[in-house]
Amino acid sequence: GFSSYNGGGMNGTSTMMDFLEEPLPGVGTYEDFNTIDWVREKSRDRDRHREITSKSKESTWALIHSVSDAFSGWLLMLLIGLLAGSLAGLIDISAHWMTDLKEGVCLAGFWFNHEHCCWKSNTTFTDRDKCPEWKSWSQLILGYGEGAFAYILNYFMYVIWALLFSLLAVLLVKGFAPYACGSGIPEIKTILSGFIIRGYLGKWTLIIKTITLVLAVSSGLSLGKEGPLVHVACCCGNILCHLFTKYRKNEAKRREVLSAAAAAGVSVAFGAPIGGVLFSLEEVSYYFPLKTLWRSFFAALVAAFTLRSINPFGNSRLVLFYVEFHMPWHLLELVPFILLGIFGGLWGAFFIRSNIAWCRRRKTTKLGKYPVLEVFAVTAITAVLAFPNEYTRMSTSELISELFNDCGILDSSKLCEYVNDFNSTKGDDLPDRAAGPGVYTAMWQLALALVMKVFITIFTFGMKVPSGLFIPSMAVGAIAGRMLGVAMEQLAFYHHDWAIFSGWCSPGADCITPGLYAMVGAAACLGGVTRMTVSLVVIMFELTGGLEYIVPLMAAAMTSKWVADAIGREGIYDAHIRLNGYPFLEAKEEFSHKTLAMDVMRPRRNDPPLTVITQDSMTVEDVETIINETTYSGYPVVVSRESQRLVGFVLRRDLIISVENARKKQDGIVSTSIIYFTDHSPPLPPSSPSMLKLRSILDLSPFTVTDQTPMEIVVDIFRKLGLRQCLVTHNGKLLGIITKKDVLKHIAQLANQDPDSILFN
Amino acid sequence: LCPGCEFLFPQASIMFAQCTQKCASSVLLMVLLYCILSPPAQASKSLQDIRCKCICPPYRNISGHIYKKNVLQKDCNCLHVVEPMPVPGNDVEAYCLLCECKYEERSTTTIKVIIIIYLSVVGALLLYMAFLVLVDPLIRKPDAYTQPLHNEEENEDGRSLAAAPISSGARANTVLERVEGAQQRWKRQVQEQRKTVFDRHKMLS
Repeated sequence: GFSSYNGGGMNGTSTMMDFLEEPLPGVGTYEDFNTIDWVREKSRDRDRHREITSKSKESTWALIHSVSDAFSGWLLMLLIGLLAGSLAGLIDISAHWMTDLKEGVCLAGFWFNHEHCCWKSNTTFTDRDKCPEWKSWSQLILGYGEGAFAYILNYFMYVIWALLFSLLAVLLVKGFAPYACGSGIPEIKTILSGFIIRGYLGKWTLIIKTITLVLAVSSGLSLGKEGPLVHVACCCGNILCHLFTKYRKNEAKRREVLSAAAAAGVSVAFGAPIGGVLFSLEEVSYYFPLKTLWRSFFAALVAAFTLRSINPFGNSRLVLFYVEFHMPWHLLELVPFILLGIFGGLWGAFFIRSNIAWCRRRKTTKLGKYPVLEVFAVTAITAVLAFPNEYTRMSTSELISELFNDCGILDSSKLCEYVNDFNSTKGDDLPDRAAGPGVYTAMWQLALALVMKVFITIFTFGMKVPSGLFIPSMAVGAIAGRMLGVAMEQLAFYHHDWAIFSGWCSPGADCITPGLYAMVGAAACLGGVTRMTVSLVVIMFELTGGLEYIVPLMAAAMTSKWVADAIGREGIYDAHIRLNGYPFLEAKEEFSHKTLAMDVMRPRRNDPPLTVITQDSMTVEDVETIINETTYSGYPVVVSRESQRLVGFVLRRDLIISVENARKKQDGIVSTSIIYFTDHSPPLPPSSPSMLKLRSILDLSPFTVTDQTPMEIVVDIFRKLGLRQCLVTHNGKLLGIITKKDVLKHIAQLANQDPDSILFN
Repeated sequence: LCPGCEFLFPQASIMFAQCTQKCASSVLLMVLLYCILSPPAQASKSLQDIRCKCICPPYRNISGHIYKKNVLQKDCNCLHVVEPMPVPGNDVEAYCLLCECKYEERSTTTIKVIIIIYLSVVGALLLYMAFLVLVDPLIRKPDAYTQPLHNEEENEDGRSLAAAPISSGARANTVLERVEGAQQRWKRQVQEQRKTVFDRHKMLS
């Protein structure tokens, strides 16, 4: 059967005797909140593959089995793409409908949102949103829609609906799947680096996250759905892995699939398959082999295609704020773009600092004891402040869409109310015009919206409902960018005789596009918060469909990253990982201190000596005592206590399972039975009880370093190979052990001190 | 499901043959997927669901207007949709150049199905939550004394001997008892998660 790959001899050689000892169920699996052993998982997969390949020459059936085994990865990617795309379509359509439910209801069919309700009826040019089938709440209850009382009633209904949605969301999260709250990306990063969190990617978490994400987004809170969509896609990936033995039993292969699923998640969130793959590569994944690249791309494409065929927005676009203008930009405009980059970097650093401070307060003080009340309060404040300003009343995606949009003659929104001179209109290409009163109103309303969004997002991100960060950051950047763009436009119009404008911006020409400034601002703010580089630029230009804007986007993204990095080193996700204390070994930073392995290893000078197991002189009782008295996750096995020469390493979990199983099932095993790890049993008098052979659970090739190895090499080994622990030897004898936690603690300790001054040995 | 599948995908077919609860939920997900994908695939393009929308801006002394008509994509241009034409014959071309016509399609069936699926799932979850909070403790009143003790012990033992799967072969035979067992295990899991996230704040701040 398939179970023989799982533990029969760590180094591959298996004798006749070993085959008779089938590994027990549970051996080779991991406990919750533990790190996996990448090396062991990868070697297991190679063993399995070797076995299938060697057997495939025997019969046609085996050949087909090997072909289907190779094909199973692609089939899994296809299924993940389909499921992720369908769930994203469900989320989009439901969120769109529920957001409009706060304002009114459609009489032609309650399942239509505002836009679809007015699809068929005749609307006027100036009042495109009004149609007889759509009734606002005041129209429904009172019969009329204008006047102070109707306004107050609409306000009241808006707040009530918002509170209802968010309360429902937090109750569902608390009652059914507490792991469904938050963004999910920091935890997925940790899982992909080798940590096990059971239930985090389970089916209840998937269902609850999908449902409550819609509720949270519809309640008008300042959060987005992109981060949670990555979590949803990874849940789909994890659940579908259970259909294929190859991925169900191997944690390393499963993480390859999860990387691809994360790419599919971002792909449906932004309609950007390439951006999704790059996001998975840059932000989420720890190890990203080249094979995963092609498969991630396939999964992302299938997901995007599925979403497109569901067509949630009715225009064959995957994102609400897809733009299609291709206006050229001038080199001198790089100056405002860099200014936007600086703004994005400053805002990013400010947001990370304040959000982490608030989350830390939630973790440590009494604020954390009232999650439901907290959600209620934040939603109430958000709804009460958001309704009066039309730019905060609309959903954030719609706001971004309106800000990205370039004004043409067909637009009648307040932001496009310029002073038109009809005799000089030439087709659709409008020149720069003076701002009308509508634009001035829109500007100060947008300024208020900016201030509100900057502050309310700090308290919203990290609450006990699914919350994402991308959309609020893009909104902040888009508002700032649009304001700067309009300011530049007016400056160019009124002072077209200045030296900087006269060269390229003659009166009557369309030189400044405020929509482009909004886009660059959005990219800058998003980059400042998440510190994404390539993936951000690719996502943004896949959103716009034009390669002309790569240079402004790159300039803004780079500036914002440099400014933000100068103030604080970590992006938001790494900051949350550090806040929660997850065992995540940062792969991007250099270890620059001069400590040695013996400074970090355990036991330290004053500690009791290393707990070891001898290879053939300990009894079952001795081993059980060791297990009960200590809590280490593994024990080195040595030849004897005097010589301390290393034989191998055995894991605690495997030891417990084997010993318990032997006591129950094997004959003659008592407390005084000897446990041996050697190939042949040690010579003992015939009157002694039968012995227990545990060689099959012993890892015969543990990694060792000498005590004089510099820690930078040790950290590199841990990162590159994905080790859990590493043994330290001195002159060939076992001296101590370094675990991943020790390395993390050491790095954290040194981060608070000056790198060059520590030379303790 | 598919006769050739056993031949091609032995692993998957063996899995489906020994369908456990986990497998059943995966099948449920597949069904959901099919439900969501099939409406758009099968929906015929009824004239209700397609339209051509022409937006014409203010021109000279004519105010702006939006024209909508349910026509096919080949007829989606200014001449077919803008009726009655507000400008005399020689101005039609200039007026039509300003107008922008877009062809749009939607699927009302998909929207209706998705919203109804969503609302029913929310309703089902709410009912289940009400059941768990109100009705379940009344049914399980006799076990109320043993439950808390049992839970404490489980937590302590669970840490050192978490490996061995709970083998209670003789007891959990009938479907009802198996469902009971699964539900108890799930409730314990959720309780653990709740403690980790809400009480100890160990994860997710």
